[in-house]
This record gives sequence, structure tokens and C-alpha cells, in this order.
Amino acid sequence: MKSLPDQLRRFRSPTPRRISLIKAVIFLLCLIPVGHMAWGIYTDNLGANPVEYITRDTGDWVLRLLLITLTVTPLRKLTGWPWLVRLRRMLGLFAFFYVVLHLITYLWLDQSFDWHAILKDIVKRPFITVGFAGFVLMTPLALTSANAMIRLLGGKRWQALHRAIYAIGTLGVVHYWWLVKRDIREPLMYAAILAVLLGVRLWWKLSERRTGITT
Amino acid sequence: MLIRKPSDIVPSEITPRTLYESRRDFLGTAGKLALAGAGLILPGLAYSANKLTTVPSAYKLADKLTPLKDVTHYNNYYEFGLDKDEPAEVAGKMKTRPWTVVIDGLCAKPQTIGIEDLLKIAPLEERIYRMRCVEGWSMVIPWVGFPLATLLKRVEPLGSAKFVEFTTVADKASMPLLNHAVLDWPYTEGLRLDEAQHPLTLMAVGLYGEELPNQNGAPIRLVVPWKYGFKGAKSIVHIRLTDTMPGTAWNKAAKNEYGFYSNVNPDVDHPRWSQATERRLGELLKRKTLMFNGYNEVASLYAGMDLKKNF
Repeated sequence: MKSLPDQLRRFRSPTPRRISLIKAVIFLLCLIPVGHMAWGIYTDNLGANPVEYITRDTGDWVLRLLLITLTVTPLRKLTGWPWLVRLRRMLGLFAFFYVVLHLITYLWLDQSFDWHAILKDIVKRPFITVGFAGFVLMTPLALTSANAMIRLLGGKRWQALHRAIYAIGTLGVVHYWWLVKRDIREPLMYAAILAVLLGVRLWWKLSERRTGITT
Repeated sequence: MLIRKPSDIVPSEITPRTLYESRRDFLGTAGKLALAGAGLILPGLAYSANKLTTVPSAYKLADKLTPLKDVTHYNNYYEFGLDKDEPAEVAGKMKTRPWTVVIDGLCAKPQTIGIEDLLKIAPLEERIYRMRCVEGWSMVIPWVGFPLATLLKRVEPLGSAKFVEFTTVADKASMPLLNHAVLDWPYTEGLRLDEAQHPLTLMAVGLYGEELPNQNGAPIRLVVPWKYGFKGAKSIVHIRLTDTMPGTAWNKAAKNEYGFYSNVNPDVDHPRWSQATERRLGELLKRKTLMFNGYNEVASLYAGMDLKKNF
């Protein structure tokens, strides 16, 4: 019987064809939540308060996709599969896709595009402030996601910019935490996962400094 | 005039509890089977309930009623679960017969009244009220009930009574969340005596012409339409008259967020969100929230009070 590392090594370098297939599958998987919501609207099956449902569901998927995106690098290091990084951009862009849906729901269905009220809300309500800050930070990341932009910015600078995802993830979790009325179990769960994902990076960074070996 | 004294034994306690409950379980199971069939054809109407006879009332609204399915499947009843659809799934286990309400404290005639007698305390009225939740959504509900004032008159409040405290049942057997300190159980609420005696303040025993479903606060609950929904204590077992402002469940949980009065007020925001607008269930865009939820007749209760301070 082969050991686990041996088995993992088998997936070290899939063929380009296979990577395209994996990407296509993930692309379709990421569309399931929005498809489910669209079907729910069409069949009027989203419960008594569909707008609340859509707001919560799009928000949930932003957080989930951010955490999944943040899992790519640790997972790559643990498995030794370099190609995993090729899924990261799509996952990040889907997080942005859902944050745009989330924001549109808020601007349109919650505030009826009343810009005065929206501005007041952003300034006055801490949970809106941090949520909106998260969206603002995500925008340049989405805009600079193309390969050409990496070349234009230069790898180092591009990477520094894209480290903003650590702040974005944190803002997203705080945004959720501050809006719940009483039941913090779910925000707590997201916070715990985020803490592990950021903690593991910090730990690697520190041990890298200690040993002088870059992983 | 014939004055009837309430009997010492409440009718609901004449049948032995075990026998009563086993009978209910049997009927419940049989009923569920029958209703499961009906539920396929009429989703949302599938809950067992008894029709209530009502007299017409002056409390009507032009607003469109919130559908029964939404009224009974979008509930905040934390003892049963924290998600809106959980109470409808879980609350069926709660036994609402026999049921008694203890009314005591600063009154001349403290008493314990069985639900059967409560249903006969006054002619039951159908009243259509707006219900505004502190979370920013609202419904329009045809309640069935009688004024709390009628009930209070029976116990003859003393001159020293200034407040009324309401306590919800804490039934460990049917309420899973009682094992978690989400709120300080049992759920309590309170009103100033003059608020409690206001003609709008309703003891509801039904909605849509039938007995209350458990998730809506069966068998008897408070409805105060000019206040945020959480003020309406559900499944009440104890009403106490007192001279000091009683603590309330949400106020104890977050003093700066949920005040004792909790009148619907578009100008006083929740510290974390605006109360200027609300989403009426069934509507796409939000509508403006009205002062006192549109019940301006209560304004005189708060004459001279700073409603920003006394939120």
C-alpha cells in the first residue's frame, strides 16, 4: 500500500486538460448558490422574507468564498500541489461577484438607491462601515486579477496589494459579527476558520524567519 | 345582577393531566396524518386549530393582510429556536392544555384563571393590527382576543400598582433553547399600568379566526401594536402588578439596544441599524416606519416625555 504522501504526489502535476476540467467544475459549483437563489425567486420559494434571504445568502457566500480563497495557499503547501494556485483567481473573483450581488441587494432593495440615506448608513453604522470598507478593498484586487496586471504591477507589488485579502476577510467577519442580534454562533465559526487560516500564515512566516528557509 | 365567582377548580384541571395529554397525543397524531394529506393541497394551512367565534371590532386596517403561512412560519420565539422557521417546526410539542394564568401582585383580587375561562372573559374580537419587529420587518395580522384592561379590571389593581410584568412559560420538555443562556429565561416583559390598560392593548388567543398556533404564542399572548413586536410576551403564565419597573428579557440582554418602552419610533434608531424604514413582508421595497406604528392615539401616554431617552 502506498503512503499518503505518495498518493498525494500522484496529483502533483495534472495535465493542462485536467486542470481545465477542474476549473470548469469549480466554475459551475460557484454558480450553484446564485442559481439556487434565482430559482427560489422564480418559484417564490425563499420564505416569508426573500430579500432578507438573498441578503444573507449572498453575504454568506462572500465569506465562504473568501475563506476558501484563503485556504488555497496553505493547502498548496500541505499537499505540495503547485497547480492549486491556478484556482485562486477564479475563487477570489467569485467572492467579488457575490459581494457585488450583496451590495446591489443593499443599495436597491434595502435603501431604494437613496444615496443620502446610504451615505448616512455607511458613516453611522459600524457594521455597514466595515462591510463597505471590505467591498472597497476588494475592488482593486478584482481589477488587478488579470495576468497582464500582474506583469504591469510587477510580482512583488502585486502580491503586496493582494495581501489586502487578509484585511478583507477580517472586515467581512466583523461585519457579520456586528449585525447579528443575539446568536453569534455562525460569525464565531467564520472567525475561528479565519483565525486558523491567518494564524498558519503567521506561524510559517515566523518559522521562516527563524530558520531562514522559504517554503 | 348575577355575579359569578370563579370556581376554585379550573375546568382544565378536572381531567387528569396524563389522560388529557395522551388523548391529545392521539388526536395530534391522527390530526397530523389527516393534515399531512391536506397539506399537500393547501400548504401553509396545515395546522390543527379550533375556530373561534368573534364579534366585529372597530380595529380594521386598509393594509393588505400578511398571508397566514408567513404569519405562522416567520417567527421570533427564541425558546424554540433562533431561526425564523424553527418555531413552526419545533413548537408543536408544547402542551397548551391544561393552562392557567396566575394574576397577582398589587391587586385586591389575585387569582388563577384557566384558559377556558379566559376565552370567556369578554366577547372575542377580531382586530387587524400592524406588527413592527425591532429587526426592521413588519406584518399585518388579524388577531383574535380581548382587551387586557378587561382582565386587569377583574383583579382590581391597587392604587400603588404602576407596572405590569408578563412571564412566558418555560417548558423544558418542549423548548430546546432553555438549555442555552441566549436570554435570561423565563422570558419576561413589562408595561406601565396605563399602557396595559390602553384599549389597544390586546390579550390575543387567536389569529385568522382560529386558536393561536404554538409558534405564535399559544394559548394566550400579549399584543401591543404601537411597540416593537418583542414587547408582546407569548404563552403567558403569569401576570404580576408591581410598583417598580420590571426587568425585561431583551433589556437585560442589551440595555443600550432595547429599552423598557420600545415604542415604534422612526426617529430613534437602534444603535446598530436605522428604524426609519421597514420591510412589510410581501413587499419588495421598504416603506417608511410610522411614529407609534401609526397608532397616534397613544401619544398622550407619553406627553412631556423625552422619547429619545426613554426609548
